[in-house]
Amino acid sequence: MPDTSVKATSSGIARIFEAIKLPVGDPFALAGLIIYALFIFTAIAAPLIAPYDPTEILYTEDYDLASDLLPGEEGHILGTTSLGRDIFSQIVWGARSALLVGFTAAFMVAFIGSVVGLLAGYFGGRVDAFLMRLADVAFGIPFLPFVIVISAFSEPSIWNTVIAMALVLWRDTGRVIRSQVLSLRSRGYVEAARVVGSSDLKIILRHITPNILPLSFLYGSIAIGWAILTEASISFLGFGDPDAISWGFMLQDAFASQALARQAYHWFIPPGLAIILVVSAGFFISRGYENLLFPKLGR
Amino acid sequence: MGDRRMTQPMIQMENAQLHYKIGNAISAMMGLPSTVKAVDGVTLTLNKGESVGLLGESGCGKTSMGRILVRLEEVTGGSARFDGQEIKDLSGDELRSFRSRSQMIFQNPFDAVNPRYSIRKTLEEPLANARIPRDEWHTRVIDALELVGLGDPKQFLERYPHQLSGGQLQRVVMARALILQPEFVVADEPVSMLDVSVRAGVLNVFRDVRDRLGLTAIYISHDLALVRYVCDRTIVMYLGRIMEDGPTEDIVHAPLHPYSQALVAAVPTPHVDQSHDPLPIGSGAPDPRNPPSGCVFRDRCPRAQTRCADEVPMPRPIGTRRVACHFAEE
Amino acid sequence: MADTLLSIQDLSIAYQVGALDVVAVSEASFDVPQGAIVGLVGESGCGKTTMARALTRVIADNARIAAGAMQFAGQDLAAMSEREMNNLRWRDISFIPQSAMNSLDPVYRVEYQILEVLRDRGGMSKQQARARAVELFEMVGIDPGRLRDFPHQFSGGMRQRAAIALALALNPKLVVADEPVTALDVIIQRQILDQLRSLQRDLGLSVIMVTHDISVVAYICDRTVVMYAGKVVENCDTATLLNEPLHPYTMGLKNAFPDLQSAGTGVLTPIAGSPPDLIDPPKGCRFAPRCPFATELCRSTEPPLTEAAADHHVACHRADEAATLREVAQDPATWGTAA
Repeated sequence: MPDTSVKATSSGIARIFEAIKLPVGDPFALAGLIIYALFIFTAIAAPLIAPYDPTEILYTEDYDLASDLLPGEEGHILGTTSLGRDIFSQIVWGARSALLVGFTAAFMVAFIGSVVGLLAGYFGGRVDAFLMRLADVAFGIPFLPFVIVISAFSEPSIWNTVIAMALVLWRDTGRVIRSQVLSLRSRGYVEAARVVGSSDLKIILRHITPNILPLSFLYGSIAIGWAILTEASISFLGFGDPDAISWGFMLQDAFASQALARQAYHWFIPPGLAIILVVSAGFFISRGYENLLFPKLGR
Repeated sequence: MGDRRMTQPMIQMENAQLHYKIGNAISAMMGLPSTVKAVDGVTLTLNKGESVGLLGESGCGKTSMGRILVRLEEVTGGSARFDGQEIKDLSGDELRSFRSRSQMIFQNPFDAVNPRYSIRKTLEEPLANARIPRDEWHTRVIDALELVGLGDPKQFLERYPHQLSGGQLQRVVMARALILQPEFVVADEPVSMLDVSVRAGVLNVFRDVRDRLGLTAIYISHDLALVRYVCDRTIVMYLGRIMEDGPTEDIVHAPLHPYSQALVAAVPTPHVDQSHDPLPIGSGAPDPRNPPSGCVFRDRCPRAQTRCADEVPMPRPIGTRRVACHFAEE
Repeated sequence: MADTLLSIQDLSIAYQVGALDVVAVSEASFDVPQGAIVGLVGESGCGKTTMARALTRVIADNARIAAGAMQFAGQDLAAMSEREMNNLRWRDISFIPQSAMNSLDPVYRVEYQILEVLRDRGGMSKQQARARAVELFEMVGIDPGRLRDFPHQFSGGMRQRAAIALALALNPKLVVADEPVTALDVIIQRQILDQLRSLQRDLGLSVIMVTHDISVVAYICDRTVVMYAGKVVENCDTATLLNEPLHPYTMGLKNAFPDLQSAGTGVLTPIAGSPPDLIDPPKGCRFAPRCPFATELCRSTEPPLTEAAADHHVACHRADEAATLREVAQDPATWGTAA
């Protein structure tokens, strides 16, 4: 029924929120959003929360190496590593690398994918053929080996993961957004905009992009999880940056120090849990987006 | 209406074609058809101030013709000219000027306006594109809404499409087409999505505005009764070709082409005492991918002879009309 | 007059929308005589489709029959159990949807779908069903050789013919057709209507034809029921309806339709305004806000559906002045010019 309450919300930020439609109605998605909020807060406030520098080698009061302490000993909440580093501080700082990798990779994937999808879908013809063949090539690249190769050829850095994801994972986003744009392109109001003389750029930005944003965010939120998992795998395999503390690095450190054999659960369970929590939170949110975009799938 | 104005051509199409490629190399090797001829060899002239109805079944090419003339499609052969200029070659300032002189009213009003745009924003888009000074926008938007009969336009400005009825929305679509004061308008079945009780209102506004602004207009429809209500001249199309072209009343009362005859006979009227005779036409639907040789209508035509299979009948003048049938005189 | 096959009495159908009850069909009554085609006309949202669907009791999850009865051959369809209804569907009452694509499954051959109905619902053997399928296709004018096609290989008109064949498969007594020709071109529309008419005569069927098009009604229907905002406002034989309508809405609808048979083009007159919101329908007559003849009485008291003339039912306080009103209704100025 006609409802006149819609018109008031035209401030910029409100419009963006309206466009990305945070899926707060879904309980799972809401849980995901809460986990994300905690995780982002931890990452930003890491220096305030973490009691120690995560790379600092600590000593006990009697100048022994503070290695392999159990949770609670000497005030270390989660104990220490074999090198005498504080595990809790590593977890907290690990959130920062995870956030950095996850969000930049997600942004790159969503952004590149959206741009490719928009151009290919809107212009069609040769532009479409070229971009989609490029996507086919990207589909042919095995992802993990590709990251390893990039890491092996360049300085170890968490950005390798981001670059590799940006180079490869735009393909899924691009394809899906292209098909969406193809159908939007033949909508009456898009054709009407052409007839009244709107430029291609204007049509893409004003009439088409607002409709694909939720889809970009869906693929972005999936990419966050992927990026964090990938970074963890790369670090675990030993191609990570030894100076940047990440959850994957912690797992690798624990594995290399045979924490498993020594049953030092306090060392490898927390980073594992942190990865699972954040990654699944990302998937919960994307599930929420899916219900929002394709309401019929849910039932 | 001066005589000079009446005889100046606004639209000229010469052997215009719009062929789409379909299928691929493999289907071509299998001998399957590789093109759809949406418009195939149409020649016509529309003088300034003239209103023409394009009539035909779905797939006859009537909508494609309209789309060519507002440059939503480009001819793949022949020519389509607007005020002497080849439409597909326009660019830059010429194209911008064309975009304000030639407009379209869309079929589905619920789809033709961006649901995220207020009515004001919808109507301002053409003004911005045509570089109309911003301080004129408000008056022009109000004027356009008044022109299409939306009384008290101010109450509509900040509303969104979902808050309007179909009839109101179609008037907004008309207002958007008219706000730049175009000379030529294509109306693509503008009332087919509307409820019957409001159709007449939209049609009346269309007739009224057209007369007041002296527009050249093309009215696309499958309904002869509607075409008759708004257009003095009618062009009957079938499978991308013109079958008959002439004064609407002549076609309504004495159609010459067998296809026009079937169309006229098929339209039901709101009377109990109408003819229930079987139609003089074969059943089955036209297949634009695989039209018959010669006359495209011959496989449904009651008069078809061998000549119809061999020779494509071109529209030729008969009295006030042009008819594309070898046996139109009979 | 022929025997009554179906009698609808004070039928109300309500949709639950949130906490509200929206009454889509309100206290509707009309009869369908044996062997007649009855048109159900009105604008979108007037309740005609809801009513038609209720006859097969295939209605939306949030809809329910709130009151009234549907007497069909001595049984009340509204009071029947789901199982009894299931027995009746297709065998006694069948449905032709607006889009035949809705009744044909795109992944199965047309023949398979017809055989399925004939064997599962009609209890035929495979051979009987095959023969019947061929017979049905011949009846509706499709080459039986096309039985092996998939629905997408059919044109729009052929699909609609196949949907009719499917509806007639088990020799029903009543066929409910929901805008069966609306999506089709005029020539195919006419051919389908002719087909339907001749089948109806040959088989002695009763048909309820839902449509928004007065011309379609004029062409094919023996009787016509006009609905407005969930109410039956007029009900009589089609010739009387078109020549001597008693309800102002019917008069208005006639004025709004182009007529190819008329001498000149004349002027079409719209009915100003739009149908009321069914969540909060106006007090009194529901057409009163758009009616040029409305009086104080119309705005305060709802007119009942009464038999104003022999076999001519109408719901209007001023029905006895109809002859005068018809004169005035001819003048476009009567109807104003508002949106």
